[in-house]
Parts: sequence; C-alpha cells; structure tokens
Amino acid sequence: MPLGLLVLLLGLLAGELASQLLRLPLPGGVVGMALLAGLLGATRRRWASLEDASAALLRHMPLLFVPAGVGVVQFASSLRAAWLPVLCTLLLGTLLSMAVTALTLRACLALQARAGPKGPA
Amino acid sequence: MSERLWSTPLPGLLLTLAAYELARAVQRRGGEHPLLNPVALSAALVIAVLQLLDVSYARYADSARLLLWLLGPATVALAVPLARELPRLSRLAWPVLVAVTAGAFTSIISAVLLARWTGASELLVRSLAPKSATTPIAIGIAEKVGAAPELTAALVVASGIVGATFGPLLLDLLGTRDPRVRGIATGTAAHGIGTASLYRTSPEASAYSGLAMGLSGLITALLVPWLLQLLGAGS
Repeated sequence: MPLGLLVLLLGLLAGELASQLLRLPLPGGVVGMALLAGLLGATRRRWASLEDASAALLRHMPLLFVPAGVGVVQFASSLRAAWLPVLCTLLLGTLLSMAVTALTLRACLALQARAGPKGPA
Repeated sequence: MSERLWSTPLPGLLLTLAAYELARAVQRRGGEHPLLNPVALSAALVIAVLQLLDVSYARYADSARLLLWLLGPATVALAVPLARELPRLSRLAWPVLVAVTAGAFTSIISAVLLARWTGASELLVRSLAPKSATTPIAIGIAEKVGAAPELTAALVVASGIVGATFGPLLLDLLGTRDPRVRGIATGTAAHGIGTASLYRTSPEASAYSGLAMGLSGLITALLVPWLLQLLGAGS
C-alpha cells in the first residue's frame, strides 16, 4: 500500500511536470493518469500494492469533492439572484449533454458492429 | 470554536468525514439510490454546521485542504482501472472521440443558449460555458474568455453534482446498460464527481468516465473560445 501510494504520487509528479513543461491544457492529475495507464498497459503487470492504494482512493473519491461542494455556498447570493438561468443550464444542459454523448456512442458502436468485427476501427 | 483549532486540519477533516459517513449511511439505507448523492448531502450538512458555529467558508476550506489536494492522486489512481480496459480501447477510439466531441459541443452550446434565453448576464453566460470540463481546466478556460473563474469553479461542481445525481436515472431511461456508454457519457457531462460516483457500482464504467473526463476537458478548452465568438453575434 505505501509503495502503491508512492507510485501514484510519482505519477502525479510526472503529470504535473509534463503538463507544465509542455504547456498542456490538461491538469497534472489527468496527464498522470494517462502516463500511468500507458505504463501499466505496456508492462502488463499488476502490482497488488498499487491496486490496493488505487482502490482505496477511488472508493472514497466522492468524499474528496465535499469541500468543493461546500464552496458553492460562497456564491449562494449571486446564484440565487440568477436562479432561473443557473437551474436551467445546470439541469437541462448537463443532462442534454449526457444524453447526446450516450446516444452518439451507442450509434457509433452499432455502426462499427455492422461494419463487421474486422472492420476498420 | 477556537481560532487555534481551526488553523489545524483537525476540525475540517473531522466535520467532512462525519458528514460523509452520515450521508453514506443515508444512501445505504435508501438502497444506494443515486438521488441520495453523498457529495450533495454531506456538503449541505457541512454548510449547516458551519453556519451554526459561525465559521466562514475560507476557514473551513483551509482546514479541509488535504481532502481537496488528494483529488490529484485519486485522478492518477484511475489509471489502474483504465489500464485493464486498454486492450479493448483501440477499437473504441473513434466512437469515443466522436461521442465525447458531440457531448462537449452540446454542453457548451446548450449552456450559452439556455442561459441567454433565461436572461443571464453576459458574465454568467461566459462562466457557465465551460461547466462540463473538470475544475482545473474550466478555471483555465474561464480566465481565457473573461469569465469569473471562482464562479465557474462553483458551477462546475454544481453541474457535476447534478450529473452524478440525475445521470444514472437518465441513462436508465435511455435503456443504456453498457458500462462503456454509461462511463463515457458521465465523464463527458459530469467530470470528476460523476466519475467518483460510478466507482462503487462499476469500476469499469468509472475507468471510461475518467478517460472521457480528460478528453472532454481538452475538447472543451479548444471549443469554448471559438463557440463563444461564434454565438457572440446574437447577443
């Protein structure tokens, strides 16, 4: 577990450095995720310690968003003043985007399946 | 509560963990229903306690900073479930790219148009446009297009909570069982909070969600300045 945590922190460090040096428009954590996934895929190894550390963090990831959720109160008055646009956009916009993504992906997968298992992917 | 205590991580962590445990207990009692979203429930609890104790948000945020910081390593941790999907991913490359682009496009356009139709100020419209990107990316976009970055951060979190809470019901309604589709759709529209809420029921879906979160953030960063300019003519 400590070794797994060390690997995650090294992944974050590599991601932060790559994001800053290459001026990527992505946060260090996302770059670190891509780098570590690539590394794990290339070595085809499973480290029990890394799996433990990763599962522990991911199982409780919603907890880590709670302070950010509390942060929304700072804007309570300006959000309340514009409650109609905020509510419409957050509710309808977010769900519309999710529905469009799901339906597009489903259509593309169906198209791909019809092109045959060996079709150009 | 004493000044000295609030300058340590103790009260922030204690309060957040207690609120989260309580919210999780409520969700478990409710049969793990997605409407009982633990992020929304525990944030509401923390807000109530802070008001009761007359503690400012800044105080609390400083004390609970460690949790926010752990989001970095937690995002990297998504590499583990993602690596398991890699062999299947090469075949999915173009469908995923097309779907995430369509989703990001819809998110920005619908945010700008819906906000304008309902009478939002131009600053609010600009701050809402990047709401489906993960927070650090959305803040960067907000700075670039002259929005209010802190307001954007709050709207990003709120839309993540909306997506995590109502998304599973919407996907059920659409008859989508495939964890790949559920994950990609959730990560595109509801970034980290959506991704986090998927892991407990389906690590596979959360891996795809994490991937979509990165892709959609990147695409949103490219699209927002361009679409705002394009849609700007109408205002």
